[in-house]
Amino acid sequence: MTAVTDPMSLPAAGAQRKTPKGTFDIVFRNASLLSALFVLVLLAGIMLSMIIGGWPAFREMGLGFITSSVWDTQNDQYGAWPAIVGTLSTAFLALLIGVPLSLGIAVFLTQLAPPWFKRPVSTAIELLAAVPSIIYGMWGLFVFVPLFAAYVQQPVSRIVEGMPIVGTILYAASPSGLGILSAGIILAFMIIPFIASIVRDMLDQIPSVLRESAYGIGATTWEVVRHVLVPQAGVSIIGAIMLGLGRALGETMAVTFVVGNANRLSASIMDPGSTIASRIANEFNEAIGLQLNALIALGCILFFVTFVVLVIARILVARVKSF
Amino acid sequence: MSLATPSTARALPPATWGRVRQSRRVADRAMKIIATGFTLLAISVLFWILGMLVVKGLGGLSAATFTETMPGPGSEGGGLANAIVGSLVLTFLGIAVATPIGVLAGTYLAEYGKGSKLADLIRFINDILLSAPSILIGLFVYVILVEPLGGYSGWAGGVALGIIAIPVIVRTTEDMLRLVPGPLREAGSALGAPPSVVITSITWRAAKSGMVTGILLALARIAGETAPLIFTALNNSFWFSPTLLGGVSNLPVTIYQFASAPYENWQQLAWAGSLIITVSILVLSLIARRIVRGGK
Repeated sequence: MTAVTDPMSLPAAGAQRKTPKGTFDIVFRNASLLSALFVLVLLAGIMLSMIIGGWPAFREMGLGFITSSVWDTQNDQYGAWPAIVGTLSTAFLALLIGVPLSLGIAVFLTQLAPPWFKRPVSTAIELLAAVPSIIYGMWGLFVFVPLFAAYVQQPVSRIVEGMPIVGTILYAASPSGLGILSAGIILAFMIIPFIASIVRDMLDQIPSVLRESAYGIGATTWEVVRHVLVPQAGVSIIGAIMLGLGRALGETMAVTFVVGNANRLSASIMDPGSTIASRIANEFNEAIGLQLNALIALGCILFFVTFVVLVIARILVARVKSF
Repeated sequence: MSLATPSTARALPPATWGRVRQSRRVADRAMKIIATGFTLLAISVLFWILGMLVVKGLGGLSAATFTETMPGPGSEGGGLANAIVGSLVLTFLGIAVATPIGVLAGTYLAEYGKGSKLADLIRFINDILLSAPSILIGLFVYVILVEPLGGYSGWAGGVALGIIAIPVIVRTTEDMLRLVPGPLREAGSALGAPPSVVITSITWRAAKSGMVTGILLALARIAGETAPLIFTALNNSFWFSPTLLGGVSNLPVTIYQFASAPYENWQQLAWAGSLIITVSILVLSLIARRIVRGGK
């Protein structure tokens, strides 16, 4: 009996001898645990505050808040549809442009660039992520938009005018350069560093034996990428794209500068529109009463859309990181 | 490793060999040109943005930019002194809020919560917060701090920036602590040190430079954040109150408000502010990268 309890009680006796250390140990452990739990509290808090803050608008408008296109501050009528469509279409255009660019960059960095060149190029691509959103907005508004209006919008509008379908989607009623497509292009450059650097890391993780054996049987670089690397990286590439989508959906300042901030919905991607984030940023400081609740309700919709996108993204990215 | 070879054989049907040599070569060449071109395009956008900032920003930059406060509508001259100081205060407030929480939470994930379900959940949620739209965090702080306390304040701005910084610090702290080899911890425990002492005087010390990098990255992340400040600290054309109650002037919101203003000196100040903020952030990011590389 004593032989069994003796070794068990030894560490306890040791801990008792250093009581101050023991207390610090417990305090430190609990402080770490509480800090970690705080991360959960933050997410729950954001979710609850969006639901509670937006509740009056949801209650007042019902389902119409999502489906209605009226945004009338005079009569307190609020519908989120144009902002939802604007958010989804700018993000979709950003992916359409940004994903091929990102994949090309990842392939260049992992397969084509000579070793001495890889690091500075990687750094430059990652610095694109460090440039603040508002600077993209300044560049977009003062440099990109005038060029886009003169060299893309006006010629394209002249060509497509009167054509069926294309004439609707690509025709700019007032070619100012501002609009959904401009926002999508700026967003594309903002999400490139995120997608490109994850895909680059994925491709780097693939055992080089796989590449070498493919080259060994005579495959070209393109065939190695297409038939060996892409299938190996698999769903994680989709995860990286979803992560970029999450960024694009919630981007605020850059979009606010270039999207044109029009409340109505247009069928043309050359026309001004608005996104959820740009509308909140634009109207928030002047908003009172139900308009304020409606803006927070917009935030609530944005929260749930990005939350779902990011959860899927993290699950897909994590699946490959573990191997 | 040799286990992976069969999948390669499956992915490359040998039947198409030889016959389509020309088209294979063209496809390969085309892919290489496209990938290189895309990379050049992205890099040129970075340098285009930097070039624009230098050209337009240097013109608006003068000694007055750092000594005088923001000009009123229609008045001449003026500077960004109050906005620069306000931005520094808000950013360091954010880091002061985020560092203890972020470091402790990262420590929990790497040291105490190894393999536990709770740690997995927290890690997952932290990764989601890492890419959550910053505008939502601004709205959140508005609802919990600005509305109940009845006004914009620097404190609310600092808290909003802190919430954005926390996931960055949690993530880098955990990653860096995981790089510390286990035998170091075991050696500490063998000397009779309790876990808290092993962590604070062995693991943290070994991972110090990596943890500092995390804080620098968080600093770079929040220094240019605009959207969350619009709902929390707002802005102030004058020197803000030392109690940080009421609007606190800051660079990002000033840039936002001045950029499309009708006064030329306002626009010039917006460019000067953009140059200051971007250069500071890029330098911070480069230093952080240098530390990580030196640590390896």
